[in-house]
Order: sequence, then structure tokens, then C-alpha cells
Amino acid sequence: MIEFITGPLSHPFFAHALLASTGIAAACGLASYFLVLRAQVFTADALSHVAFTGAMAALAFGVDLRLGLFATTIAIAVLMGSLGRRGLADDVVIGNVFAWILGLGVLFLAIYTADRSTANGSAGITVLFGSIFGISGSAAMIAAVIGIGVCLLLVVIARPLLFSTLDPDVAGARRVPVRLLGLVFLALVGASAAEASQVVGALMLLGLLAAPGATALRLTSRPYPAIGLSLLIGVLDAWIGLALSYAIPVLPPSFTIVGVATVAYAAAFAGTAVRNAMADSRQRAPRPAATIEV
Amino acid sequence: MILADAVVGPSWNLLADIQELWSFPFMVNAFRAGAIVAVAAATMGWFMVLRRQSFAGHTLATVGFPGASGATLLGLSTTAGYFGFCVAAAIVIAAIPRAGRASGAHESAATGIVQAFALGLGFLFVALYKGFLSGIDALLFGTFLGVTSTQVVVLFGVTIAVLVVLAVIGRPLLFASVDPVVAAARGVPVRVLSVVFLVLLGVAVAEASQITGSLLVFALLVMPAATAQALTARPVLGLVLSVLIGVAVTWLGLGVAYYSIYPIGFYVTTFAFAAFAASRLVRLGGRNRQSRRRDAATAVPA
Repeated sequence: MIEFITGPLSHPFFAHALLASTGIAAACGLASYFLVLRAQVFTADALSHVAFTGAMAALAFGVDLRLGLFATTIAIAVLMGSLGRRGLADDVVIGNVFAWILGLGVLFLAIYTADRSTANGSAGITVLFGSIFGISGSAAMIAAVIGIGVCLLLVVIARPLLFSTLDPDVAGARRVPVRLLGLVFLALVGASAAEASQVVGALMLLGLLAAPGATALRLTSRPYPAIGLSLLIGVLDAWIGLALSYAIPVLPPSFTIVGVATVAYAAAFAGTAVRNAMADSRQRAPRPAATIEV
Repeated sequence: MILADAVVGPSWNLLADIQELWSFPFMVNAFRAGAIVAVAAATMGWFMVLRRQSFAGHTLATVGFPGASGATLLGLSTTAGYFGFCVAAAIVIAAIPRAGRASGAHESAATGIVQAFALGLGFLFVALYKGFLSGIDALLFGTFLGVTSTQVVVLFGVTIAVLVVLAVIGRPLLFASVDPVVAAARGVPVRVLSVVFLVLLGVAVAEASQITGSLLVFALLVMPAATAQALTARPVLGLVLSVLIGVAVTWLGLGVAYYSIYPIGFYVTTFAFAAFAASRLVRLGGRNRQSRRRDAATAVPA
């Protein structure tokens, strides 16, 4: 049994992946609760393409990849927020902006592959689909620290952010800085997106940035338990996903993590549907036996 | 650095350049396929933008990727994979319940999860099919060059079918999109229409992704349509404008990409985004001139 746990951990690549993805998944889990509650999942979707372009731009111009990722996702997240009222952007504007940014990403990919014809032809694929098992010890440490930092900042702004999400008018009247909070939140989402693209890849960000929050919101409507649950689900998705990928090496870790997150959401969805149906039938009972036909 | 001499520059004599472009059968096919795909995407995109379903549209677009890679893995035709997955995903998205209080948030979260899972599945298929990695760029970012004549015929047939269905349901769909509550009260089957619309969108996206790739098809869906809606609120004019812009940016992108070493996807999205940005500026200018007089009456339903 102990062998079962220490076995994988004795491999540095697995320990590094576990460390990085725990910090990252915790940050994404927290952020995802607010993203779903604020109906900003499409913004996160847009960031998945922005992350690709940021990383490709960094590669094309020979800048540090992480710098490119963080700078672009945070900048574009704040830009999209500032285009709309109250830090919530119009979805048509979001769609147009990220479609174009993806076009830029394709350009940078072309520049990069034309420029450095050495063995790195699959760099674009790595950025798009992630390679958590390839993360180095120092990179894993940085990822974990940034993840914890994002978590702490989110916890600090959680109360006013919740207030301004649930009732922006009253919050505004109470002098809560609704717009500023929206922008700060988006900057944190940008940072989480940059982090998450190192685990599941740029394209599958939503597996970490939408699924945990949506699952938690299905399970409970009380805010603080849901926030905790969202974080927990995010971390568990990552852990189970990594373990599965370790046990079955054909399955890439980004697929297993997103797969586990999807299954968790589907289970919560089905569970609440069954519970609601049972509550419904209990309300309608007592039914005359004659109406139940076999 | 970049091998600039590998590319023959344009002569800047427009007619001669076009003649040269069209002297290659593969370029003629690319122009045909581009136009066919742009017409379908721009038309469906106009309704998508009107219905504020960009997220659903983008999700359907990405679902083409696991469809194509899964079909390759199983040795089936990628065309079947595209259509099968996109239509199935359209039905799944349509089945996501909308009732309840915070339905908007739940709906978009569920859509996002469908998208992430689909992309994960696509990556799994690619990982399982080892020799495939070189083709992945074409699946994601498209390939206009290498479109066969049979493919053009198939694409043409699908576009016609999409347009015919759209012509049949166009009026009630417009009504249901602009004002679902009143439409439902008048007996328009709003729910059925929204399912049919999503399936149709899935078909159009599956068709277009075969040329543009799964990631860039969204640009053809949203950009011409958003540009047209910024310029006019009248449905027929808007649809015509959307189609014209879609075909124009595609052809322009193809033409420029032929003389450039950079990919077509970059040019098409850049031209389309420029059109969108310009339309927004035109609208802002128009607003200022007309002041608020007729604005309320003619504003795009938003």
C-alpha cells in the first residue's frame, strides 16, 4: 500500500508534476467558482487561445516562455474586462478579439518553426496540449508558489467579490469597488490560465477553469462551502488524473485530468438531477395508485 | 532567417496576378472551397451572433478536432468524423437544460466542459495514433492547399443543404432569436428551433473546419457576422453583407498568403478583424452624427 504511493513519488518527474499541478489546480479551482458564478466562462475560453499566442510569441522572439504566457493572458484578460461595463465584456467582442489573437498565434507558430528548423517542430503541440510530466524541479516550485499566491489573493478579495457578483448594484451603493474588483479578478484569472496551460495545455484550460466551480455549484448553493469544495475538486481532479496517467501510460496526463474533471461534473449533474426528481415526486405524492401504469 | 527568395512576389498587376493564381488547379479549388465554406459560415454565424451563442459555436468548432483525429485513428474518413462529432456535440449542447435561476452560468459552464473534454479526447486520439503528429497542425489550423475537386463538390452540396434548411426555418428562427418570449406566445416552437439551429450550426462548422481547421473556423463564423451586425440591423441586408465580407476576407487571405511565407489563417483573421474594427468605428461615428434621434429604433438587437 505504501509502495503504491511512494512508488510514483520516487520518480522526480512525477513528484514535480504533482507539486506543480497541486498549486495550479488549487488556484484554478478557486478562480473557477467565481468564473462560473459570474458567467465568465467564455472569457476563460478566450484566454485559452490567448495563452497559445503568448507562448508562441515568446518562443518566436526567444523570450522566456513563462513570461510570454503570463504577460499576454493577464494583459488580454484585463483588456477584455475593461472593454465592457463592470468588468464584464460583450461576448461578440471577446469572440472577435480572440479569433484574431489566435490568428496571430498561427503567425508566431510559423515564424518559430521557420526560424528554428531544429528538432522543435512539436513545440506548438506542447503549448496547446500541455506536458506536465516534462516540468523541471525549479519550474514546478515556481508554479506552486504562483498558484498559492493566486489562491491567497483570491481569498483576500473573496468576500467583496462575492458581494459584487451576486448584487452589483447594492455592492456599488455600499462603495464596494465593483469594476476594480472585476478587473483584479480577471487579472488573477489570467494568471491562473497561464499556470493551467502548463498542466493541461492552452486548449484545455476550461477543464481546470470551468469544471471544478461548476461541479461545486451543482453540489451546494451556499457560497463559502462551494468555494472550498471547488478548490478541493480542482486539486482532486489533478491528483486522480496524474495517478491515472501514471498507471496507464498510454493516456496523456492532460487528457486524464480533464477527463476526471468532466466525469466529476457529469456525476454531480446526474446526482442533482436524480435528487431533484425524487424531491419532485415526493412533493407530488400521495399519488393515486391507478395512475401508475406498468 | 526566413527564405524570402523561395516566394515569388506579386507583379502588382492585379489581373495578371489573379490569372497566375488561378492557373494552378489547387489554387482554383482553394478559392472555390474557401468561398463555399465562407458562405455557410457567414450565414450561420449571422444567426449565431444574433442569438448570442458564440460560445456554443466555438465549442462546436473545437469538437471537429476529436472527430477528425478519432476517424483517422479508426481508419474512417475524416469527413465522417467531423460531421459525426459536431452534430453529436450540437445535440449534447442543445440538451443542456436552461431552466432554473442561474441557468446562464450553468449552461456556459457545461458548454465549456464539453469543449475541454472534446479537446482532451482529440489529444488522446492523436497520442494513440503515433504517426499522426505531423498532421495535427492541419487539423487545428487548416489547409486550403490540397482541397480536391470531389471535396469541393461535397462542400457545395452541404452548403446548399444548410442554406435550404435555413431558408425554410429562417423567419420563425429570426423571430425566436430576437424575442423568444413573444415568439413562444405566438406559437413558434422556440425550443425545437434552437435544437435545429444548433445542429445546423454543427453541420456548417464541420464542413468549414475541413478547410479552415478546428481552431480558425470560429473566425469565419463570428467576424463577418459581427461586422455586418455592427453596420446594419436589417436581416436580409445583414446576411448579404456578412456573406460578402466572409468571402472577401477569405479570398483576400488566400491571395495574399500565396505570395507570402506566412499562413493563410493569420491573413484571413487579420483582414476580418480589421473589417470588424472598422465597422465598430463607423458605427461610433454614425452614432455621434445622428445623435440619439433614430438610434433606439434601429439599434442592433443586443
